[in-house]
Amino acid sequence: MNILVAISKTPDTTAKITLNNGGNSIDESGMSFIMNPYDEWYALVKAIELQEQLGGKVTIVHVGLSDSDTIIRKGLAIGAQDAIRVNANPESSNFVAHQISAIVESGSYDLVLLGKESIDYNGSTVGAMVAELLDFPYVSYANHLEMEGDNIVLNREIEGGIEKCKSSLPLVVSAAKGLAEQRIPNMRGIMMAKSKPLQVVDPVSVSYGAQTVRYELPTEKSGVHLIPADDMKELVRLLHEESKVI
Amino acid sequence: MILVFAEHQNGIFKKNTLEAVTYARKAAELMNLSCGALVLGNANSPESLGIYGAHKVWQFDDIHFSNFDSRMFAKAIADIAIQQQCSVLVFPDSTTGKSLLGRVAIRLKADSVSGTHTLPDCSNGFEVKKKIYSGKAIVTLSLNTDIKVLSLTGNSIPSEKTGSEVAVTPVTCELPEAQVAVVETNRVVGTVPLPEAEKVVSAGRGMKGPENWEMIEKLAQTLGATTACSRPVADSGWRPHHEHVGQTGIAIRPNLYIAIGISGAIQHLAGVNNSKTIVVINKDPEAPFFKAADYGVVGDLFEVVPRLQEALEDYYSS
Ligand SMILES: Cc1cc2nc3c(=O)[nH]c(=O)nc-3n(C[C@H](O)[C@H](O)[C@H](O)COP(=O)(O)OP(=O)(O)OC[C@H]3O[C@@H](n4cnc5c(N)ncnc54)[C@H](O)[C@@H]3O)c2cc1C
Ligand SMILES: Nc1ncnc2c1ncn2[C@@H]1O[C@H](COP(=O)(O)O)[C@@H](O)[C@H]1O
Repeated sequence: MNILVAISKTPDTTAKITLNNGGNSIDESGMSFIMNPYDEWYALVKAIELQEQLGGKVTIVHVGLSDSDTIIRKGLAIGAQDAIRVNANPESSNFVAHQISAIVESGSYDLVLLGKESIDYNGSTVGAMVAELLDFPYVSYANHLEMEGDNIVLNREIEGGIEKCKSSLPLVVSAAKGLAEQRIPNMRGIMMAKSKPLQVVDPVSVSYGAQTVRYELPTEKSGVHLIPADDMKELVRLLHEESKVI
Repeated sequence: MILVFAEHQNGIFKKNTLEAVTYARKAAELMNLSCGALVLGNANSPESLGIYGAHKVWQFDDIHFSNFDSRMFAKAIADIAIQQQCSVLVFPDSTTGKSLLGRVAIRLKADSVSGTHTLPDCSNGFEVKKKIYSGKAIVTLSLNTDIKVLSLTGNSIPSEKTGSEVAVTPVTCELPEAQVAVVETNRVVGTVPLPEAEKVVSAGRGMKGPENWEMIEKLAQTLGATTACSRPVADSGWRPHHEHVGQTGIAIRPNLYIAIGISGAIQHLAGVNNSKTIVVINKDPEAPFFKAADYGVVGDLFEVVPRLQEALEDYYSS
């Protein structure tokens, strides 16, 4: 089974966000970046588990510039066999999806695994777009996946519950918590990753996609209103009269 | 025409669908368009969508829609959008809506944005805003294609009953064969699922152990709230995983979030700080959560929660 895993780069959640030039761009100078947790912990590890069980190969795809190579190497250290980096700024979900689908078309993959969302923009859209571009079925928010003969059986998270479904391959899946157990790269993996192939390819051109106009910071909360621990009547009054939530 | 995908669950239109209908009606007014709602499958009283602002309701009532296959749904929505000459498509930002938005956008070669919380600004093209980096910044995006596709974040625009029932017009198109078959659906019954809950009572490690959760459940019950928890609480099996909120759990934005014995780590806040009103109960005045709170109570939760329970019971009985 050949599996393509899409990984994205996101700022560490502890990152403090500041803007350049009054909102033209995000100031990335002091920010540290990580592999998107859903991609690393669930999508990638599930791909490796399937490869260990069934053979085949796990390939990483990433759309980004060379400063992403550290996170790609980390993915290789966790256990992917090789990686492809599409050398372009990930301008929009639409742009990224076109790149990923072009990679799928240029190879031969049975399964494309993505994270359920990138934790910076929480778009949750790239997977559906890739599936449509390839005319593949798509199962989102999977927290369980196993092969059953030629079919694949999955559990998909829906509001307040789980939907169990079945699909043929090839298939696009987005991974939610629970799909696999996080793996920490070990020394041997880290050493081996250095010599695994990382191919850099040029992007395909895409003629549309939402454009960023500007950024702004949210207005700060005005400060917490402290209520004495022995006066819960007052809290209830405020919830009713001031914030009108009860 | 603006088209809303009127998602329903077992025939019932959920809150975020009704919000999306109201949103689409308001956007239509701004753009001098009318607003149509599309129902796929068999729903209870589709005509009622008119009450929330739809000028037209289309229904494609076909048994195939009882099985969710994103490819089939996306084709139907895109085909009907073209038939009815729709220029903007609105989805509720649910798991279903998000599974469809990207597919439909590709089919229509449309610019898209998932999870906006604002009406379009049409003074300079078509611009909407979206919260990013767990609410630490807001981006304005411009959609420039003839057709635009977006999803509306839940709880950002309240649904409004401003119209009246409208007649339902049947529509149809050719359907592809489903590739995904739903075998079985299991839902937690009785409580409102977290992503849709308007009130949430959440507790963390300050609770000491699972045996103390009775007072949290009681509080939630009195308030009509759904219960949630921090990650270590779910990880150590004190509470079920589906209650875990935060960066790696569920992101929620209820009107009221009460955090009890939770420190307010950045990863926790990432999933909850879009809540409208946040109440924090913690014995440590330095707990980071107080910085994100509207109301704070510094005190021992084992004393404060029973007092709050009593005050709420008094409030609801009078
Ligand atoms: C990559 C990553 C992702 C993560 N994702 C998430 C996530 O999605 N969700 C999440 O919640 N966490 C997440 N975490 C963990 C997060 O960093 C915190 O460790 C976690 O939120 C702490 O949980 P807590 O507040 O319940 O426990 P603690 O930090 O132990 O806090 C307990 C609080 O209870 C208070 N307390 C104790 N006793 C009492 C009492 N008697 N009365 C009143 N108050 C009392 C204490 O003062 C303290 O503030 C993540 C961490 C990482 C590294
Ligand atoms: N630049 C990128 N390169 C490769 N994969 C990506 C990129 N951006 C997003 N993805 C994948 O798409 C998933 C969903 O992202 P999003 O739709 O942006 O929330 C992520 O979890 C990744 O698996």
